Amino acid sequence: MSETAPRPLGGPIVTKPFAILGVFLLIGGYFILRRFLFGMADVSNMSNGYPIGTWVVLDVVIGTAFGCGGFAMALLVYIFNRNVYHPLMRPALLGGVFGYTLAGLAVMIDLGRYWNAFNLLMPWYAQINSVIFEVALCVMAYITVLWIEFWPAFLERMPVAIKQRFNLHKLQVFLRRYMYVFIGLGVLLPTMHQSSLGSVLLIMGSKLSPLWYTQWLPLLYLISALTMGYGVVMLESTLVQRSFKLPSEAALLAKLSRVAAGLLVLFLAVRFGDLLARGQLGRAFAGDRYSVLFLIETALFAAPVLILASRRRCANMRLRFLATISLLAAGSLYRMNGYLLAIDPGNGWTYFPSAPELMITVGVVCLEIMLYLIFVKTLPVLPGSIAEASGRPS
Amino acid sequence: MDLERRRFLRGAAGAVTTAAAAVAAPVNEAAAFGPREPKTLPPKAVGMLYDSTLCVGCKACVSACKQANGMPAEQPASLAAWNEGTWDAAEDISGKTLNVIRVYQNGTMAEKDREQDGYAFVKRHCLHCVDPSCISVCPVSAMRKDPVTGIVTHNPDACIGCRYCVYGCPFNVPQYQFDEPFGRISKCQFCNHLQAQGKLPACCDVCPTGASLFGLVEDLQAEAERRLAAQPGTLYEFPRGKLGGGRPGHEAPIGHYQPHLYGEKEAGGTQVRYLTGVPHEKLGLPKLPDHSYAAVSEGMQHTLYKGMIAPLALFGGLVFLARRSSKTHRDEDPARSTDEEDASS
Repeated sequence: MSETAPRPLGGPIVTKPFAILGVFLLIGGYFILRRFLFGMADVSNMSNGYPIGTWVVLDVVIGTAFGCGGFAMALLVYIFNRNVYHPLMRPALLGGVFGYTLAGLAVMIDLGRYWNAFNLLMPWYAQINSVIFEVALCVMAYITVLWIEFWPAFLERMPVAIKQRFNLHKLQVFLRRYMYVFIGLGVLLPTMHQSSLGSVLLIMGSKLSPLWYTQWLPLLYLISALTMGYGVVMLESTLVQRSFKLPSEAALLAKLSRVAAGLLVLFLAVRFGDLLARGQLGRAFAGDRYSVLFLIETALFAAPVLILASRRRCANMRLRFLATISLLAAGSLYRMNGYLLAIDPGNGWTYFPSAPELMITVGVVCLEIMLYLIFVKTLPVLPGSIAEASGRPS
Repeated sequence: MDLERRRFLRGAAGAVTTAAAAVAAPVNEAAAFGPREPKTLPPKAVGMLYDSTLCVGCKACVSACKQANGMPAEQPASLAAWNEGTWDAAEDISGKTLNVIRVYQNGTMAEKDREQDGYAFVKRHCLHCVDPSCISVCPVSAMRKDPVTGIVTHNPDACIGCRYCVYGCPFNVPQYQFDEPFGRISKCQFCNHLQAQGKLPACCDVCPTGASLFGLVEDLQAEAERRLAAQPGTLYEFPRGKLGGGRPGHEAPIGHYQPHLYGEKEAGGTQVRYLTGVPHEKLGLPKLPDHSYAAVSEGMQHTLYKGMIAPLALFGGLVFLARRSSKTHRDEDPARSTDEEDASS
């Protein structure tokens, strides 16, 4: 187990993978420009039957769940006081910073009247019964909290001269002393808006298949956000450890994977308990589109539970990685189904995203990965590294 | 390890208590899940009675609506080149069409208002729900319901274009202009600008048969019930324009109505009533429960966020636990304590 302090990785910023990501970013940027010049229909297949398309579902509903690493780890490290997981905290937080910030930016592409977006903050326009209003304000607040939580990484890296000039060491001390308040907010806010992402669907009523429409949507969305948060931490840690040859966190990840498995069991229990209680379980085997989607989704949720049930399989990196991928796919499909695939607006409407529409999402995700790479190379995010061995000045 | 375990258990106990405080309320509530109180019809609610059996499909209402609301002509792609694009042939309501007449066709279409081998007309526009989903979802109060007339209006200056009103409306009424760089939400506002001048909504004003009939919702309800009670085929004096408005009506046989008066109870009730000869599902009027989904959604929100008590209690517990954890962490983290000294020196 590594107890080394976080350090910048160093190394060149512009590498081949970085350049490839950049190409996708440019393609996405081109279509974003078209969207603003010619309207959404120019690049997107969204319609008045399916007014919520892949931008919201992939970038916000699924994207923020992928950004729940910081939330999920803070719950474990600070609320349940499991300090062993501390080395995973900062990279998880960074993932959250980008996941959420870029979800916020993606919303600006999706908003049909983006120039009015500030109305969300105007008290005289506030509509407190609106679930979307709660989500919007809560996500904005959480983005701010995430940057504050991550701010010490900047301060640690800042030259002493600048710190003295702007009296920043006082800020550093302040942040360190009162960080627990922001940690509290950093757990409260995602609890609120991730559950609200489920409540949003309560308005859909008969447009949403009864396999997904339930009063338990808020709880199911909250649990799935946590499982995806742990999933993302495991995925990111495994990928980063392999590509940057960092000390292995295998023992820690094996432990973490069992936490995730426990939550998955809870999710499935609520999901099936609710279907049974409402007498809708029969629809799962009706053989129609919804039942197929439901069965795929359930298989993806159940697979990681089966893999991680044994300690021996947990310790196997390959199997654990497989379980992680399945877990993330399960949560993503659950959200995609609720918001898009299990929705039937009637009157023969159909929707399949266009290539330019998807390229905008791909561009946003590429930007996210590029920023992540820049940050871990220049800021103290990841635990002790080869850069340390090669004597890189910190 | 033992120490750590004990500390974990202590933390867990605290966390569980905190969580219980926050979760207990919603869980109890969810067991006997309570939607918000249903809303009631405003005192002077105005509305429309659309009698499908009277409609002759002339689309004068569609044309008048476009004129009254300054909306452009619209053609399906296949007809775009026809007659230099001046011919309005909208297939459904859209960002540029606030009302439309659609036709139901079956088999030989031999007889009007018959399900088998028949045809029928239906009008699509906003039903001005008693408890509208569009108002419930709108984060910036762009959708509003007039407290007296009950007309649901849209304010484009407030609207951010998130399109949740489009997504959440059970009747698919609000429409966003996807083909415009600066698109807006379009929806029927029951010509409230004309009503302010004492005029009728354009569609009811021009309807030659009184198929679209304007009036107070209570009166329209009584009129609809009279028509339903009358013997099909007997002669009946149908009013035009406004119910009780003094315009000459016309005499015609009572239609073979479906017994269901659509719009009275759907989605918690609306201010529009549909009398049809063909089952309403066949005409694109969806089968809906008697309660509004807005009441379900707001019931959940009001339970979870009642007085912000649950979130604040949760926040207090979280801060307490986080504070204790970060203290113990700092003690055992050598890298951090040196940093601390460095920073405070």
